[in-house]
Amino acid sequence: MAVFTEFLIAFALIVGGIFGLVGSFGLVKLRNTMQRLHAPTKATTLGVGGVLIASMLYFFLIKGALSFHELMITMFLFLTAPVSANFISKTYMLHSVGQDEIPSTGRDVGWAGYDDAPGKAE
Amino acid sequence: MQSRLLPHPLLTLTLTLAWLLLINKFTLGNLVLGLAIGFIVPVMTANYWPDRPRLRNPLMAAEYAAIVLWDIVVANIVVAAIILFKRNADIRSAWICVPLDLTSPEAITVLAGTITMTPGTVSAMLASDGRSILVHCLHIDDPDGIRDQIKARYENRLKEIFA
Repeated sequence: MAVFTEFLIAFALIVGGIFGLVGSFGLVKLRNTMQRLHAPTKATTLGVGGVLIASMLYFFLIKGALSFHELMITMFLFLTAPVSANFISKTYMLHSVGQDEIPSTGRDVGWAGYDDAPGKAE
Repeated sequence: MQSRLLPHPLLTLTLTLAWLLLINKFTLGNLVLGLAIGFIVPVMTANYWPDRPRLRNPLMAAEYAAIVLWDIVVANIVVAAIILFKRNADIRSAWICVPLDLTSPEAITVLAGTITMTPGTVSAMLASDGRSILVHCLHIDDPDGIRDQIKARYENRLKEIFA
């Protein structure tokens, strides 16, 4: 039983490690900022997730105590990762992406980064 | 529901729960302290919440969370496979524009977060009237398919959840 538990925890750690590595490798490999943004927002989530699952399993199966900190970490990660990704993509777009490179909004106003909100303009 | 003493019951519940989870040990004292925070913070911040999001269907929200969690796992594997096994020249990235039916800011925020966390897509910008969202795809063959999937899988459910 103890061997099986350790196997389970090791497996979660290894899966987490692999995804963390792939996410970091993606940062090096992909060509532009928008593509690179995909690597840390996704591949790394499962990387951290694997480590957190290992930690929960360790505390539950070996220390015999339920630990909820990992759930909080997951929640904060899911709350903050999209926000920081959005900040990065917006900054990058305003620096390096012209309005002619992105599709139109399909409406009679432009994208928020380039155009004022309707009714707010002087 | 909207009394001055308890302006935001859901926030009270969330704060109390978050406090207990952070402490990681359930005792009566911690519960009282958590409840105190849960009561004081909503009252103090009530002015900053002119409109409160209304959850019409909490059960649906749980289902949504489960679907998104599953999609995040799938997304990780898909993106990892693209990074590892596709040559850079074969990766076709594209921008797509998804028209929104949602109007509540909270629902759009959840949708944008979901898009960023799920398969090969990152939400980048809203139209200035907030009725379309710009999405960047790492690798797609079928832009219309992705757009329809976002609308059917996530937006329809969010429409049910947020009244």
